[in-house]
Amino acid sequence: MLRFTLNRLLGAIPTLLILIAVAFFLIRMAPGGPFDSERQLPPEIEANLRAAYNLDAPLHQQFLRYLADLARGDFGPSFQYRDFTVTELIASGFPVSLRLGGLALLLALVLGVTAGTLAAMRQNRAPDYAVMAVSMTGISVPNFVMAPLLVLVFAVLLGWLPAGGLGDGGWRHLLLPVICLALPQVAYIARLTRGSMIEVLRSHFIRTARAQGLAMHTIVLRHALKPALLPVVSFLGPAAAGLITGSVVIEQIFGLPGLGRYFVQGALNRDYTLVMGVVVFYGALIILFNFLVDLLYGWLDPRVKA
Amino acid sequence: MSTTPLLEVSDLHVRFTTPAGPVQAVAGLSFSLSASETLAIVGESGSGKTQAALALLGLLADNGRASGSARLEGEELIGQPARVLNRVRGARIGMVFQDPMTSLNPFLTIGDQMGQVLARHRPMARAAARAECCRLLDAVGISAAARRLTQYPHELSGGMRQRVMIAAALLCRPALLIADEPTTALDVTVQAQILALLGELRREFATAVLLITHDLGIVAGTCERMLVMQRGALVEQGTVDQVYAEPAHPYTRRLLAAAPRLDAPRSAAVPLPADSRMLLAAEEVSVRFRLPPERLFSRARELQAVSEVSLTVAERETLGIVGESGCGKSTLARALLRLVEPAAGRVQFDGRELTALDRTQLKAARRDLQLVFQDPLAALDPRMTVRDIVAEPLRTFRPELRAAEVTAEVTKILEEVGLEAAHLYRYPHQFSGGQCQRIGIARALILRPKLLVCDEPVSALDVTIQSQIINLLRDLQERFGLTLLFIAHDLAVVREISHRVMVMYLGRVVELAPVERLYASPEHPYTRALLAAVPIPDPERERNRVRTPLAGEPPSAFAPPSGCAFRTRCPHAIERCAEERPALRDYRGALVACHLAGKLGEPGRG
Repeated sequence: MLRFTLNRLLGAIPTLLILIAVAFFLIRMAPGGPFDSERQLPPEIEANLRAAYNLDAPLHQQFLRYLADLARGDFGPSFQYRDFTVTELIASGFPVSLRLGGLALLLALVLGVTAGTLAAMRQNRAPDYAVMAVSMTGISVPNFVMAPLLVLVFAVLLGWLPAGGLGDGGWRHLLLPVICLALPQVAYIARLTRGSMIEVLRSHFIRTARAQGLAMHTIVLRHALKPALLPVVSFLGPAAAGLITGSVVIEQIFGLPGLGRYFVQGALNRDYTLVMGVVVFYGALIILFNFLVDLLYGWLDPRVKA
Repeated sequence: MSTTPLLEVSDLHVRFTTPAGPVQAVAGLSFSLSASETLAIVGESGSGKTQAALALLGLLADNGRASGSARLEGEELIGQPARVLNRVRGARIGMVFQDPMTSLNPFLTIGDQMGQVLARHRPMARAAARAECCRLLDAVGISAAARRLTQYPHELSGGMRQRVMIAAALLCRPALLIADEPTTALDVTVQAQILALLGELRREFATAVLLITHDLGIVAGTCERMLVMQRGALVEQGTVDQVYAEPAHPYTRRLLAAAPRLDAPRSAAVPLPADSRMLLAAEEVSVRFRLPPERLFSRARELQAVSEVSLTVAERETLGIVGESGCGKSTLARALLRLVEPAAGRVQFDGRELTALDRTQLKAARRDLQLVFQDPLAALDPRMTVRDIVAEPLRTFRPELRAAEVTAEVTKILEEVGLEAAHLYRYPHQFSGGQCQRIGIARALILRPKLLVCDEPVSALDVTIQSQIINLLRDLQERFGLTLLFIAHDLAVVREISHRVMVMYLGRVVELAPVERLYASPEHPYTRALLAAVPIPDPERERNRVRTPLAGEPPSAFAPPSGCAFRTRCPHAIERCAEERPALRDYRGALVACHLAGKLGEPGRG
């Protein structure tokens, strides 16, 4: 266990380094820079700015310097939001995204696993077809269609829920964005659960449980659910990291101050430090969640020695 | 005996709806079984014996339908809803399935799995349930029962798992125990233990047993009456003595004739030319596997799978290699072909030292060394046609051939193994197990190799098919001048084809002798135990056989016992066996690794 954790932590370092290097050089290779704007700055001012942000040094020196700062936990100042450090921006956006994404994930798990299990138990019959049809819709209708539709119905026509904004952060403001975020995940999880549950229900040990006269709900809940959840758990790692770091589309449509918009704006504005900060943050989360998934795997499947 | 039988089956039919049309799996099966009787249903795969048993419990696959009648103590089972059947399953009928590896839930502890059965049928307090589970585990011969309850199936050996399955099936004291091929996946010594256990438990719990099997040997020793099924229909029934002595139906006669038996005269192996030269020689070959350490900072564990094995095989000879699973026989074969690198030792093949060749030379040498695998269907790529599968070695070794020439070569070899040109463009799933094994043999032979290594080539096949494949191999050996390494756990099969037999235990050779010598007077206690464990398809002889089944299972290869590895299970072990490892010595024409060779007297044979 301890060995496993140490191994994974050590293994994460090269992964992160490669990620940082690729992101760093890629964004520098993109044409333009952080101080390009409609209004051309006088060359000497731009030179000053570049010097102030250490952008005039050779690229490899900048990279090493960035790594050194990063090692101290310093993401650097944002080029665009001049009065904020990248750390502050992430700290302001992440809690909103975390709350949205966490709730969406929870909703997706509960709905997805339930629907998938029901579909598997009634394979090729009405409930199965219904779940599969709905989930296919969930996967194929994009966010930016679903969100305005929901807003139109529940906010504009029915007037039950606010159309956007975080407001006081209460559930009424979160409900629609959480649903929009969760829907495609519900669909994926339902399909994954259905597939693996069908497989598991066909296995020999389920036949044994049936031959022992156990009731269907005991068989599904006690015998089949754990093994059937394994593929869902693998899917969950990257999915969770993606969800809680914010969705650009949803945050834009509902006007929520999450992390997602920093990503796009940072990239568009060549806000090097902001982009890097978000990339590193996102990468670290993915690694963290995959690690959690492996732990969860070991807990679910006694044959995997963590 | 009561007037109503325990189980009365009449005119049972099982049909499956498949995309290719309806399939009749069981056609009008009728029989009855009285309380505490043992009845065997015998038949080959596809005879419907398993489906009949599943139909009794309402466990058919979704596309299956049972009709007819099956009454348990007068109560109809066929066509009942799950609600009703769930009071029978596990409570009045216990079931043990074939493969203990997959039939227990790997995600739940033994205690959980047994506890659920009790909770369902005999609700009781937790402590009482635990005690009851322990009692049953004790009854099936599992030591340290309380600790086993907290273990997961993968922590137990195959034999242990089958014991757990039996314990779980008996928890509610069922009137009937259905055992579907309960020992087919087990080693012969473990099989003997499980069969003995079933016999004891039957008396202790007064349970009737319905034993479903393809193995006529185990029926002879364990059952009172038997049914023979062929293609879904009952072709013969009677007491075991009757059927074995005077089989009435031709199919029964065929089955009995096909079963290889240790007590029958041996059909001759291909005669060995007197001047045969040495083809393969191994000197002190060892194979080690490194496994990751169990704990942080502890040393990597090393598993010695094969230890200092030396052997020679002459041209056109068949060397049989036998031993229980995990004894290193397959690993040894792989090491001889350098499919795993031996950690030590030398292998000579056809005058060249295989162990000294580099990659390119080795690849060229492999042309003369081919393999036939155990699971015939799994060894063939399901997405390739037979032509492409069999032609694949040609692509590597004779790339100059044009497509038409390749097809001609493939057709020729297919005909040699008893298939036809019409089969060229079919896919593996369209063939039976025996035909798939013929395809595998054709693929191995298309380069006309000198040595063919057959790793359990018939253990997945029915007896009648087994004897066909053995005959084919013998025939091909004669025509192509093949040398065979024949690995199997079935001693009766090995006897049919081998010139010499090598017995392995825990990675070492314990006995190596010409086949007549080994089977007539085995010297090593382990060889004797193996032979004594093989069931003989003759009720009379089985009843009179004195046997002391080998206790326990092979020790872990991580921590082999000091001295002689077999001493922990050996009935004759003396102090010296723990101190000094016996060397392989010549004793009257047999190589034996035992301090007591020649001092044990005549083996007790039935």
